Amino acid sequence: MSSDVIAIQSAEAAGQPWVQTLHEWATTVDHKRLGVLYILYALFFLVIGGLEATIIRIQLMRPHNDFVSPQVFNRMFTMHGTTMIFFVAMPILFGFANYLVPLMIGARDMAFPRLNAFSFWLTAFGGLLLYFSFLGGSGLYGAGNAPDVGWWAYAPLASRAFSPGHSSDYWTIALLASGFGSIGTAVNIIATILSMRCPGMKLSRMPLFAWLNLVMSGMVLLAITPLSAAQIMLLVDRYLGGHFFDTQAGGSATLWMHFFWIFGHPEVYVLIIPCFAFASEIIPVFSRKPIFGYPVMVGATVCIAFVSMSVWAHHMFTIGMNSYANSFFAITTMAVGVPTGIKIFNWLGTMWGGKIQFRTPMLFCIGFLFQFLIAGLTGIMLSAAPFNWQLSGSYFVVAHFHYVIVGGILFALFGAFYYWYPKITGRMLNESLGKLHFWLFLIGFHLTFDVMHIPGVLGMPRRIYTYEPGRGWDTLNFLVTIGAFVQGIATLVFVANLVISYFRGAKAGNDPWDAWTLEWSTSSPPPAYNFASIPTVASRRPLWDLKHPEDPDSLYE
Amino acid sequence: MSAITTPLAGTPVAWKLPYRGKVGMACLIIAESAIFTIFVVAYLFYLGKSITGPSPREVLETPIFYTICLLSSSLTIHFAGKLLERGRRGAFVGLWLLTIVLGALFLYGTGQEWHRLIYEHGLTISTNLFGTTYYSLVGLHAFHVTAGLILLSIVLFFGLAGRVGPEQSARVDVLSMYWHFVDAVWVVVFSVVYVLGR
Repeated sequence: MSSDVIAIQSAEAAGQPWVQTLHEWATTVDHKRLGVLYILYALFFLVIGGLEATIIRIQLMRPHNDFVSPQVFNRMFTMHGTTMIFFVAMPILFGFANYLVPLMIGARDMAFPRLNAFSFWLTAFGGLLLYFSFLGGSGLYGAGNAPDVGWWAYAPLASRAFSPGHSSDYWTIALLASGFGSIGTAVNIIATILSMRCPGMKLSRMPLFAWLNLVMSGMVLLAITPLSAAQIMLLVDRYLGGHFFDTQAGGSATLWMHFFWIFGHPEVYVLIIPCFAFASEIIPVFSRKPIFGYPVMVGATVCIAFVSMSVWAHHMFTIGMNSYANSFFAITTMAVGVPTGIKIFNWLGTMWGGKIQFRTPMLFCIGFLFQFLIAGLTGIMLSAAPFNWQLSGSYFVVAHFHYVIVGGILFALFGAFYYWYPKITGRMLNESLGKLHFWLFLIGFHLTFDVMHIPGVLGMPRRIYTYEPGRGWDTLNFLVTIGAFVQGIATLVFVANLVISYFRGAKAGNDPWDAWTLEWSTSSPPPAYNFASIPTVASRRPLWDLKHPEDPDSLYE
Repeated sequence: MSAITTPLAGTPVAWKLPYRGKVGMACLIIAESAIFTIFVVAYLFYLGKSITGPSPREVLETPIFYTICLLSSSLTIHFAGKLLERGRRGAFVGLWLLTIVLGALFLYGTGQEWHRLIYEHGLTISTNLFGTTYYSLVGLHAFHVTAGLILLSIVLFFGLAGRVGPEQSARVDVLSMYWHFVDAVWVVVFSVVYVLGR
């Protein structure tokens, strides 16, 4: 089988003009190429979003700083948040799902390859639209350029009166376009998993990666759509003179908040569940044990998906809801902690008694476990309404959700990069640079986000442009900024590793980690058709069965 | 690595998975339902909160005839699909055309109602909260009817060209799932706007 693969690949690789290569990439409907496009696109925006974060941190480094103007500062935090959520986290996770789901379930492509390409290009042009606002946002009024309404765009900030020009329109339309792209991809992932599995790949034998992405896609269908609906309403308000969020005509600013957070909170789980998926694949392989409690992991994920749909108003405790609503949302928010805790124990149970190999992917996953736990604990703190009244809108909240997004999501993502890079490129990432990246990023992360909790408790509000000296925030903010730079340097090490290893890395072979899921049974990088013949599986670890015919898993499941 | 492709113990003989078109359409319907839910919630939330007139009670008239048109088009498309499955192409095209006519009638009814509201009662999308929520909700539905009519017309075109046979039955069923969904949404919109909302 492998010799066929190599023959066909070398025919493809025979020098062709770059225009043709470019044309092939631009018109591709191959799930692997689209996956790579998603990931590269997201990495590009990760750098931009990171630069915006750096500008914010330099501005806040010392009191009374005027590194940028207040207007630019508002644009920076708006663009940073919007970019990181919609044009980094979402596409990068969709990229991995696109690349890996068909390979893991033994399919040759996604269910709807052309829809897949369409969804990618919608997302891609959404991002371009958002950044085009820097040029085109002034419109006829000459006021403002990039959107500066915060990533929530609370009413009435986003209304015509307070956001003249077109900057908010670029924001709205960019999110609408990329939202439709996300829905298309979610439809595609669900249809692929339900309809394209290879013979023997029952739902109960699917890798957890596929299961968790199935749940994530289901959530996208229900969570992204309220945002799309709210964006349509905002467009009606701004262009057709509607009154959805216009309080002077009886409209309600609170309704926007509800609609936004009905999207906003499940979105966090849309982002974290694929990261659970990474951890659930990486931790067993580097512990040399099958995942502990497979059915419980699936059940807990589905449970998280359901409960997280009814927690949104914990973002809104300070707007003055009645005590029943406060209690309801406090209780549901705390309840999410239960299935999440189950998952953490299952990962620990997988590691317990295993022969743990501390390779870079595993290091990042352990970092993820530890930091995600702390992020969850501060989340439980914030779910208590009275505590929330004190700290809502402070840097404590900023520290909390960055702990989730950087400490949880980004760490798991880095782990996924180190784990699947050999499959995608055929070369290993450099292990020493990887460890340097891990330790530098870990130190930078904790310096920034551990310390950031304290100014929040001391009363520093989020989105503040600058502050008075002598409130006890000065040194803390300075440390936070130093940490941000350490993370920036670590990210440069990572990018350098990606580039250097692409050309100089050791050849990976089909299965560098001695892993058990189907993607490792084909060549690295996989041929366009993935599998020369469609595999048949009999257990959750088909490659284990193959490597150990004397003691296959299929005997015990 | 070729051993992976040879059937291992416990391999099921028959391996049948759901048709991807149906799964995809079901997912799209779930997503669309969420969008409509948000618009319905907004409509209900703003009922009676308009500061100025006109109010739903003053201006809305229940479009019973056009509702019957749309709902019966669900029946015609269902039987059209059944006929296609049995290979009766001529009857299929006939019922399919009837479905389109019924859908178009409904759209005409919406247009007429909007014309009346705008020219007789001066109610536009920017008049008051009722106008904003009413035109958005009904308009969103009408948009979906329009999209459906375009898709149905494409199938009709191919049907007239003699290209739609029983082998396309599964694909035609996917489209009729969408059409049933559009009709089901109208039941909700009708109840909310014309029954509960007055």
